[in-house]
Amino acid sequence: MADAVKLTIDGRPLAAPAGTLLIEAAKSAGIAIPAFCYYEGLSLQAACRMCLVEVEKMPRLMTACTLPVGEGMVVKTESPVVAGARKSMLEFLLTNHPLDCPVCDKGGECDLQDMVFRYGSGEGRFTEVKHHVDEKQWSPVVYFDAPRCILCYRCVRICDEGMGVGALGVVNRGAHSEIAPSHGDHLECDECGSCIDICPVGALTSGIYRYQSRPWEMEHVGTVCAHCADGCRTTLGVSNDRILRGNNRDRSGINGEFLCIKGRYAFDFTTHPERLQSPMIREGNRFEPVSWSRALAEVARKFSAVKAGGGRFAVIGSTRTTNEENYYLQKFVRQGLGSPHIDHHRSGDVPTLLDALAGRRDALAATADLYGSRAVLVVASDLSQQHPLLAFQIRANWRHHSAHVYVVAPGPVREDVIAVRSVRVEPGRELEGVEELRESLRGERELVVLFGDAIRGDSLRRLVSFGDSLGIAVKYVCLVDYANSRGAMDMGLLPDLLPGYRPSAESGLSHGMALDDMLAASDLDVLWVVGANPLKSATLQSADAFVVVQDLFLTETALRADVILPAASAYEKSGTMTGVCGEVQRLKRAVRAMGAKADLEIFGLLARHMRLDLGPADPEKVFEEIRRTVPATPLNGRVEAASRPELIRSARDTLFTSGTLGRYSKTLSSVIEAPGGLYHAGAAR
Amino acid sequence: MLYNEPSPLEVKVLTRRFGLPNSTSLDTYLATDGYAGFRNALQRKPEQIIEEVKASGLRGRGGAGFSTGMKWGFVPAQSPKPKYVVVNADESEPGTCKDRLLIENDPHQLIEGMLIAGLAVGAHTGYIYVRGEYRYLIGILDRAIAECYQRGYLGRNILGTGFDFDASTHTGAGAYEVGEESALLESLEGKRGIPRIRPPFPAVSGAFQCPTVLNNVETFCAVPAILRDGGAAFAALGTPRNGGTRLFCLSGHVNRPGVYELPMGFPLLRMIGEVGGGIRGGKKLKAVIPGGSSCPVLKAEECDLPMDFDSLAKAKSMLGSGGVVVMDEDTDMVRVALRIMRFYEHESCGWCIPCREGTLWLKKLLARVDGGQGRASDIDLIGELARNMLGRTFCPLGDAAALPTISLVEKFRGEFDARLAEARAPGREALAVV
Repeated sequence: MADAVKLTIDGRPLAAPAGTLLIEAAKSAGIAIPAFCYYEGLSLQAACRMCLVEVEKMPRLMTACTLPVGEGMVVKTESPVVAGARKSMLEFLLTNHPLDCPVCDKGGECDLQDMVFRYGSGEGRFTEVKHHVDEKQWSPVVYFDAPRCILCYRCVRICDEGMGVGALGVVNRGAHSEIAPSHGDHLECDECGSCIDICPVGALTSGIYRYQSRPWEMEHVGTVCAHCADGCRTTLGVSNDRILRGNNRDRSGINGEFLCIKGRYAFDFTTHPERLQSPMIREGNRFEPVSWSRALAEVARKFSAVKAGGGRFAVIGSTRTTNEENYYLQKFVRQGLGSPHIDHHRSGDVPTLLDALAGRRDALAATADLYGSRAVLVVASDLSQQHPLLAFQIRANWRHHSAHVYVVAPGPVREDVIAVRSVRVEPGRELEGVEELRESLRGERELVVLFGDAIRGDSLRRLVSFGDSLGIAVKYVCLVDYANSRGAMDMGLLPDLLPGYRPSAESGLSHGMALDDMLAASDLDVLWVVGANPLKSATLQSADAFVVVQDLFLTETALRADVILPAASAYEKSGTMTGVCGEVQRLKRAVRAMGAKADLEIFGLLARHMRLDLGPADPEKVFEEIRRTVPATPLNGRVEAASRPELIRSARDTLFTSGTLGRYSKTLSSVIEAPGGLYHAGAAR
Repeated sequence: MLYNEPSPLEVKVLTRRFGLPNSTSLDTYLATDGYAGFRNALQRKPEQIIEEVKASGLRGRGGAGFSTGMKWGFVPAQSPKPKYVVVNADESEPGTCKDRLLIENDPHQLIEGMLIAGLAVGAHTGYIYVRGEYRYLIGILDRAIAECYQRGYLGRNILGTGFDFDASTHTGAGAYEVGEESALLESLEGKRGIPRIRPPFPAVSGAFQCPTVLNNVETFCAVPAILRDGGAAFAALGTPRNGGTRLFCLSGHVNRPGVYELPMGFPLLRMIGEVGGGIRGGKKLKAVIPGGSSCPVLKAEECDLPMDFDSLAKAKSMLGSGGVVVMDEDTDMVRVALRIMRFYEHESCGWCIPCREGTLWLKKLLARVDGGQGRASDIDLIGELARNMLGRTFCPLGDAAALPTISLVEKFRGEFDARLAEARAPGREALAVV
């Protein structure tokens, strides 16, 4: 490298780029320098003094976390002086730190424990009176124990710098300094739990996980969050087939260690008491629990009869089932039932975007582009409510790279604070706001544009034309709602598109009914709803339709069903899901669903009952088939689909709502404060 | 107001106007060579002003003793950012009370010093950060500043020279730590008074991340005389590399405590004996804190030395802030150690582990020893803990707490040991430890 600096650490010669912090240079050489307050990605503190090392020719010990590498530097990280300094820092820290290990949640994964074992002395010499303050609860999720706090200020920084919320601060001074919440005695914040996970000790602990387990008693399963479309990896701590906690401290996944309240804590819908455990068949006004074989036989009998009689099927798929399930379902419907009528609740107009881009796959942004691009434009979306990972990435991009952020929105959003320009527009006039930014955007080297559901159909085409006219490299993100909203479209849960956005005419079928048409039709023989709740806000005109519902809970739609089949959640099955930026990620099963079955398994069993040959209903095998048969790019780059922009309707969730799953998460309901953000679920459009 | 009779041994350069009727008024200032230095500086180039200050040998009068001319020279000559002059009037070092007198009696001298600094580095805005406890000085400064604005000595086009300069006061809220220059800047910007990671230093990135000249009140007050009479003349008053005079705050067990302006290098024993009138009650000298409580203490037999930066450094102590605290033979040195540590524990900003936890532990230890509950191992522990803080803290407050403590335990070990064995003497109450 041209600007590599050569130095020596513990006798080993190293090279590192100019400007690298000594602690990072050492880390990349496999030399661990201990630190509490230093945290990659957050501002430097040099407060804990654990990283003090000896540097030749410097009169005093230097903090490795603030010292950039210097040419010819000779560093010792393991000398007696350094060892003595580390020992004394830990001794000072333990003077008021209570030895709560037996009752502290952090035991077993505590940085202070680890450091004292490694660098501390075996005996404490402090014999004075410790200063005790009672533990406090700042929110349903966040508990704070001041005596345990080592004042590393990681929590303050992650909340302020990382999240842009700033709900934690420091009050008083000296040894009486204390982390304090925004509202004096409680927190009003995103309840994301980042502060809890970033705390190196047990000062901040989770009210959800409290006292439930020791970390070594759990199995940790890395899977994808079941909620919004951002696709965060969440590592679930499982014990005895129960999910006890979620976090991402190992920083795997596209989200690093970022998670919001949903990814961290809203897994509890899986064990809600109203979870459907058994198939049910309607008997008049009641639902009778029946066996799987009875329920499936009933459905198979009805489906076969309707198919034989040339009757009308309508199928509504899910935004939360896996790619394999979606692929299999559309195959079931098109091939197995011979019906073109399949759709799902659409929240973003990806087909129109792909058509407008005409095959330019490099114009689709990956999640990493939100962190790396020099400029970002957010149109008509409240990211911190609906796409918190994307908001975090953009904010980190601004913090670390001084990226230029532009906003076009009908009201205040959190990005306003960091935006170069923020344009207010009335709903429906978003593109006028975008046009106002033309000159500024033309001066950028590159741009990533994220847009919400207000941009669809014609306005989406005009947005892409605008992007093309700037003369710079532009990438797009079409925002969609849920964990596999993108996969629902990719896998052809659309009336006129096959998997891979091929026209449905290729399968020899005519165009099918869209979702609204299905509900408005009065001649349906069968309505099959998988993981969706359309009857929450609409009515089914076909009063005589035979309705089959696969879901986790007895939703409004399920109440109309003739047969209910209990389905497994994302945490109870394997498969793949596709996030909002197109990343295809694997689910890993964390727990077993007691009476429910994965939707794919249900499809397979039903197919067998109906003697349909659709191939094995096994996630791995279906994935293989998808890889073999679904093209990555539409054949000539164009997507032929009827434009129905009025069908694009985002649920516009907040941080504390998440469709059906959110309603059954006690964690989310416990923290619902005044709905923050621009869009409330159910707000007038 | 004058708090003590002047001494005939004083060399009154900065304090020459003390005691004059209406000494704070602009007219009195102008009638006594006021703004002559500024007028000289206007005729010079910025580099020349800085050279003159370097030639004077002026070293920071706040405590660190860094060459003022060199510090001003670190400010980049060209910068796209605005530059600032900031006066550190956060005088909080125990034993120090000189800056308040300079402001009380001769505020215009300070303003002139700021103006000259502004010329030297190209700054046009000045802030005087006044300690919260010195609230009564704000009025005096604001009136002097208002006079200057009225008569054209501040504001746009000062005295028709085309030079602009704005000055204003800013109060602290009661913290010692904001006497540390980067913590002061944080507080000035409205944030918690915690020091910054350095480098960069204020000369390059100071107030609002802009180049800043930041000095003690007394340092600025010396500048008008230097530009009026020349740096060499000021240097000649002191000793080589320790130019000029300084204000010494003589306190403790002397007959005539007070603030005295004496040449650098003035012998300490003469200061105590002749200027201070000797130990009161005819007692014997036991110990001296030479430059504010942050310095190692000197035993009586170590006090035969000239009072300048280099000589005190050679004696393993510091000239510091000029706070000379004289202690007689009856002084309880254990109690002194506790009293000093109480101060640092109270004032520790809490940012870094060793100072935050170390000062509290030491205070508790010293309180227990002072109260007669000390164990034999405690005395060595005190020294060891203080040494564990030394050089390892985020800012010099940790050192300031450690140095006097180490010196007291080492030089007066016998008193600490005796405290272990004896019960608390009747009638002597333990200091209430908060």
